[in-house]
Amino acid sequence: MDASTAFAPPAGGGRNLHRFANPGRFLRASGRVLPWLAAAGLLLTGIGLLWGLFFAPADWQQGDAVRIMYIHVPAAWLASGGYFALALASLASLVWRHPLADLAAAEIGPVGAAATALCLGTGSLWGKPMWGAWWVWDARLTSVLVLFFLYLGHIALVRAFDDPQRGARAGSILALVGVVNLPIIKFSVDWWNTLHQPATITLTGAPTMYVGMLWPLLFSALGFSFGFAALVVARMRAAVMERRIRALLSARARAEAA
Amino acid sequence: MTRKRRRLVLVLACGVGLGAAAALALSALSDSVAFFVTPSQIASKAPAPGRTFRLGGLVEAGSLQKFMDDGKPAARFRVTDGTGAVTVSFVGILPDLFREGQGMVALGTLAPDGTFRAQEVLAKHDETYMPKDIADALKKSGHWNPAAGPPPPASTWNTLVPKKLGG
Repeated sequence: MDASTAFAPPAGGGRNLHRFANPGRFLRASGRVLPWLAAAGLLLTGIGLLWGLFFAPADWQQGDAVRIMYIHVPAAWLASGGYFALALASLASLVWRHPLADLAAAEIGPVGAAATALCLGTGSLWGKPMWGAWWVWDARLTSVLVLFFLYLGHIALVRAFDDPQRGARAGSILALVGVVNLPIIKFSVDWWNTLHQPATITLTGAPTMYVGMLWPLLFSALGFSFGFAALVVARMRAAVMERRIRALLSARARAEAA
Repeated sequence: MTRKRRRLVLVLACGVGLGAAAALALSALSDSVAFFVTPSQIASKAPAPGRTFRLGGLVEAGSLQKFMDDGKPAARFRVTDGTGAVTVSFVGILPDLFREGQGMVALGTLAPDGTFRAQEVLAKHDETYMPKDIADALKKSGHWNPAAGPPPPASTWNTLVPKKLGG
């Protein structure tokens, strides 16, 4: 299968979504967006982390250890948010058979897994001095560990078949089944007794965090999100280019053999 | 129905089925998913003596006694969830965050006399994040006693400008 047939737009509806199935058009559009995504990610993360780590007030009982929050919380939000994006891409792949959706799902996986690993690692570093334990098997920590394994399973599954189409199909089913874990992660701290505390920022009430700590957290979270998007778009571009190069090389090899 | 529509309906139907199955499984397992049991749960259905489990709740105000046991630091305190209370004894170093009015989770066994012998004590932090000067201002003005309970509603303090004291 070469690059042009891999991205052949299907007949029928969904023309708007399928405009970007053309690899040239995707590369041009994403090439224009990527520098802005990367710059916004670096700038906002930089502001958020400098503000949070050096200028925001320390917590009255946790002291300076609370500053792990400015990395841990954005990583945790992105771990779940990235999985939600993975599930949306998988839905688009299963239902509308959009070729970019397969590509997006395959490239979101490793970035999401990295965010989840960062969340688990920083959480562990935070847990030891505050709770007194690196790790406990409460519902929140366990469900996030399951999320990490879902990411790893998806990464392995989409790359496990000789036919990438079959890998994408199997991977999207796994990703959609795993969505059931997202509400469990979110509400685990409300449904069951856990060591992890419930949410600080809710839709219904005022955030139980001082505003001078909330702002750097929001900057950092926004920066992490742009950075996540930039990494995924860059990986997708690299994958498209890799396919093109492979198609060119195999075409040349066939021409030389003939 | 087009093929895309059929696939969408199929995926959604599978999602509903899977969600229902997961909800049923989790509600059936909710006892074992819980990380700890509370003092009132112990009062209504006490675990067998000698069985190791986790007890969780708030450290009751004014109940914490620290002393030395055989040259090792030890502590005795009551853990409450508002309705019930259990006395806990522990030999070892308590976490930094441990204090009266704070949540905690202890692993241990129930002694025949009803006290909980803890082998490990973890501090549970609540969801509030407050700078020291705001906490001091709330304590000074009598709006909050950390040993007695949670802080006042967040909207009353989360945008407070701390007044510089002294000078």
